[in-house]
Formats: sequence, structure tokens, C-alpha cells
Amino acid sequence: MMTNPFTTQRHPRLKTLLGLLLVASSLLLGAAQAEDKLKVGFIYVSPIGDAGWTYQHDTGRKALEEKFGDKIEVKVLDSIPEGAEAERVTRELASSGHKLIFGTSFGYMNPMLKVAKAFPDTHFEHATGYKTTDNLGNYNARFYEGRYLAGMVAGSMTKDNKLGYVAAFPIPEVLQGINAYMLGAQSVNPKIEMNVVWVNSWFDPGREREAADTLIDQGADVITHHTDSTAAVIAAQEKKKYAIAYHSDMSKYGKDAHLTAVTHHWGDYYIKQVQSQLDGTWKPGSIWGGIKDGMVDLAPMNDVVPADVKAKVEEAKGKIKDGSLHPFAGPVVDQDGKEIVAAGSNMSDEDMSKMAFYVKGITGKLPK
Amino acid sequence: MNADTVILILVATITAGVPLIFSALGELVVEKSGVLNLGVEGMMIVGAISGFMVAAESGQLWLGVLAGAGAGMLMALIFAFITLTLMANQVATGLALTIFGIGLSAYMGQAYSSVALEGIKSLHIPLLSDLPVLGQLLFSYDPLVYLALLLFPLLVWFLYHSRGGLVLRAIGESPTSAHALGYPVIRIRYLAVLFGGAMAGIGGAYLSLAYTPLWSEGMTAGRGWIALALVVFATWRPGRVLLGAFLFGGVTIAQFHVQGLGVDIPSQFLSMLPYLATIAVLVLISRNAKTIRLNAPASLGQAFHREVH
Repeated sequence: MMTNPFTTQRHPRLKTLLGLLLVASSLLLGAAQAEDKLKVGFIYVSPIGDAGWTYQHDTGRKALEEKFGDKIEVKVLDSIPEGAEAERVTRELASSGHKLIFGTSFGYMNPMLKVAKAFPDTHFEHATGYKTTDNLGNYNARFYEGRYLAGMVAGSMTKDNKLGYVAAFPIPEVLQGINAYMLGAQSVNPKIEMNVVWVNSWFDPGREREAADTLIDQGADVITHHTDSTAAVIAAQEKKKYAIAYHSDMSKYGKDAHLTAVTHHWGDYYIKQVQSQLDGTWKPGSIWGGIKDGMVDLAPMNDVVPADVKAKVEEAKGKIKDGSLHPFAGPVVDQDGKEIVAAGSNMSDEDMSKMAFYVKGITGKLPK
Repeated sequence: MNADTVILILVATITAGVPLIFSALGELVVEKSGVLNLGVEGMMIVGAISGFMVAAESGQLWLGVLAGAGAGMLMALIFAFITLTLMANQVATGLALTIFGIGLSAYMGQAYSSVALEGIKSLHIPLLSDLPVLGQLLFSYDPLVYLALLLFPLLVWFLYHSRGGLVLRAIGESPTSAHALGYPVIRIRYLAVLFGGAMAGIGGAYLSLAYTPLWSEGMTAGRGWIALALVVFATWRPGRVLLGAFLFGGVTIAQFHVQGLGVDIPSQFLSMLPYLATIAVLVLISRNAKTIRLNAPASLGQAFHREVH
């Protein structure tokens, strides 16, 4: 006859007691741990790598850890697909005592919303989304401000007055970049033309390369990209053309080609939000920060860019900072000649978030 | 669209087809021997990272290509051991090989996503490369492109005009009869699978060393699966594999050019074209059901049990 209390029914009370003890002790342990340090979680959609969207967020995460040191405990989960897996991971972070959780991909919005409802005491921050609740805030950056400045560089450096743009998907964020870049280029060079090629993928180095080659073959001598790999910069370097990179400084992939890059900077924001969590003042925000907030910037320019171009760009940057220059300041005219923004006014944030047109000067029709 | 554009499209088409030619011709040999290896994507991506690592460490691009082939073969060896020696299910093992390869390559490549390589350069053949039109169309590629094009006649000769090819095809049709005639079924299937692995490895190394000289996770982006589809698309005929690879490469390139020229067709529709073309051709071919049945190796995907007496 077996006497093990855990496998027979003879000591049910003992079993329950032991179980309760276990639960209580783990709760106590958990509480003790939580008191010591703030646990912060980060969820990334792709591997961290050496350049790109996730890399920039991770650079911000590093700045955060450097700032707070032992006061916080940071957990990073990378390569988490959007959808059900994201929900599972968010839930796991929340239930293991992470009080502030950052998710950095658009498709995490609904999973995070769901988990936020289940964990009212945990704070969630979602990058690039638009939904907020009492404990879910979102944050995004005005990448188009950097694009406008990069467009000025491209417009000054092109010899054939023809630019090329490798784009991922026709959504407002990408269109803001395309149009701001074109307007920036036109501000220094009214004769400019631009081709856009859509690859319908955020990340496929082979296709990005093919698209960049196509643009160069069609006569573009400065190309840029809104996709994740360094392929476009490499293509420009090999074909002895210029490139403007996105997300990160990619100069080491094309030291002659790389004119500059529109870069993202999240560190200050992460530090600010963690500080408010530590102070107990965290609130769900809806932040769309730009050059002024240090969330968007340009990478150091290549030596081939003349000093007067650099000075002009610096001047425009200063004006964007103080609010006297808006990339979408009227008159903004679309491809068909229709006036979208009247002279004397700026495009509203709401209109920008629904952008669905090409500005005048871009070749081709926008895929709908 | 002028003549120059057409040439540019053709040149880009040839290079876009090359990774597919290597992987698909390799898989064709594997399937001709009666083995179905669905692990092409996994072997390709391990070939891509291994080639890139070796090239980056040694500075020797061609050593990288060899390493890519070797890594593809090692992956294939795992597959061969599990399916041919242990007689496990080929479909499941192939799928597992792909998943394993994607994970393994990500692990191996951690430190290499920041490395910039020069990449394998196009040949410049004096005089020939400078010819108008023909120079660019025929003599402007990197050596691996010519290797891919050379592989095709060699393979046709081997499969249809050599004794080895006859034995290989016989084994794919009826391993039992081939065994009864005294042919070493398992050994030949091992060789075929290893060859397929080497070719997939080179296909991957082509991507990371010549096409887009960089390493990033998941950079093969489904080309291994396209190669697998190509073999079926080609109804197991090498000539059609070659054509299919160019069709796939060509439609992608052409759709970028159409977009760049500002033609009013949605880009999403254009992105879909290569797949649509595959389906269309498959439908056309399979109207004649006999062709497919006659060409698919009869024992494809089935494990061979040597009878024990």
C-alpha cells in the first residue's frame, strides 16, 4: 500500500495546505522582489541586429539601463510575431511582475489592449499605435520631419534631378515620408522628379536590392528606402550612386554612397517614462515626438555634401525645432494639381495620420 | 520603354533567377532519386550564413562559396541520415530541417549582421564586355551566374545521357527493382541528397555573397520554397526548371520597372504576378495529367525498406 500523501486521497487537507503554503510563499517572494526593483519589459518584433527599427529601440533600452542601473530590471524579448504570440508574451511579462511593458510594433496594439484590460495595475506602452486606455499609452515619432531634411540633401546632391524611393507598404506613415522627402527636395531644387517602387514587404533584402537597382537603372542617382535592410545602400554603393538610409546610420555599408540617414532615438523617452513610473506619476500618453524632442535626427553627413548644403539643412532643422517650418506647410498640391493644404496653414496631425496621396512631382500612381 | 531598359530588365532577370536555379536543380536531382527534401529553405539559409562567415573571416569570397556548399551538405546529411538510414517520414523531416536551419542560421549569424563585405564582383572580360548590347547581355555577370548556367547542361547530360543518371532515375521509379538488380539504393540516394544540399548551400551563399552581400536573419525570404515549387512547376524537367527560374526572377524585376515607369497598376497586384504566373503555368501543364504522372518519380517521398532475410 502506498503512503505518499501526494498520490493518495487520504490526506487531502495536507495537500491543500502544502499547496496554499507554496502559493503564499511565492507571492511573498514575488512581492519582495517587486519592492526591490521596477521590472520593465520590452517586446521587439524582429531580431536586434546592427541597424534598423528594432536596433534603434534597443539602443534606447541600453540608455535606459545605463541611466537607472540597479534600480530597474529589464527583460527583452525579441523576434516576437504580431498577433497571438504577442498576446501570450505580453501576458507572461505582466503576470511575472513587470509593471511597465513596452511593445514596439504596430501589430501589438490589439494584443496589448487585451492584456491591459486583464492587468489594470500594469502599465503598457505601445509604439506607433493609436488606441489608448487607462493603462495603455502610445508613442510615435514624426519621422517625416527627418525625411524633409534628408530630401533637402538629396535634392542638392542629385545631378540628373531624379530621385528613387524604395517603399514597403502604402500606409500613411510611409506616405508621410515619401511626400516630406519630395517637398524637402523641391525646396532646394524645383526641377526634381521622383520614382517610387513598392516592394510590399518590410524586410526582404533580395527584393529591396532589386527595387533599388531598378530605380538606378531608370535614372535615379540618389535613392532612399523605407524598408528594413541595408540592401538599398549596398546597391547604391556598388553602382556608384548616392543613398540616404533610414532607421539607423548605415554608412559602413556604403562609405561613398551614404549621404546621411534619418535616424530614430527612443532613449530619452524610455528614461522619462520609467522615471514617471518610479515616481508614481505615470499616465497613458499619446506622444508624437519629432526633431524638437530628439526622437528623430539626421546621421552625420558624408564629406561629399558641400558645406553650404549642410548649413542650409541645419538652418531648416532649427526652424523645424522652433516650429517656424512645417514640412507640410501650405500650399501642398497633389499629383493631379489639387490643393490639399492652403497657403498659410499647416496640415493638421489628423490629416497627416490619414495621408493617402502623392505630392506633385512624383511619377506613377499611388497604389490604392 | 526603350531597348536599353529591356536589356537592363533581362540582365536583372538572369541574376534574380540564379539562386533559384542552384536550389531547384539540386532538388530536382534529389527528387529524381525518389527522395522529397522539403528542407531547401533551411539548407539555403545555413549556406548563406556559413558562406558569409567564412568569407568575412578569411577574406576569401570563393572559400565562402565552398563553405556554403559544405554547410548545405552537412544539413542534407542530417536529413539523409534520418530519412534514409532511420527511415523516418521525409515530409516531416524536411519541414523540421527548414525550421532548424532558420534557427541555426540566426544563432550562427548573431555577430555578423554588422559586417560589410565587398561581395563577388562581376567579371569584366576585355573586348567582350565592351560589345554594345551583347556585352552587357552576355558578358557582364559574376562567375556564379555562369556556373549556374553551366550546371544545367551538365545535369541534363548526367540525368539523360549517362549511366549514373539512368541508375538514379531507375531508383526514383522503383527502388525495389533497382535493389533487386544489385544497385545500392541507399548509397545513391545519400549522394543525391548531399548533392541537393550542396546546391542549395551555394544558392544561399549566392544571396549573401553576390546578390546582396550582407547577412541578415531570414534573408532567403522564402526562395527555398519557390525552388521547391519550381521543381513541380517544371514537372521534373531541368529545362523547365531553368525557364521557371527566369520567369520568376523576370516577373519580379519587370513589375518593379513597370512601377518605376509610373504605369497605373496597383503594386500589390504586380507583386502577386509571379505566383499567378506559376499557377497559370501549372494549370496549363496539368491539363495533360499524363505528363505529370509520367514525370513525377514513382517512389517520390516513400522510404525504401531493404528486405531483411
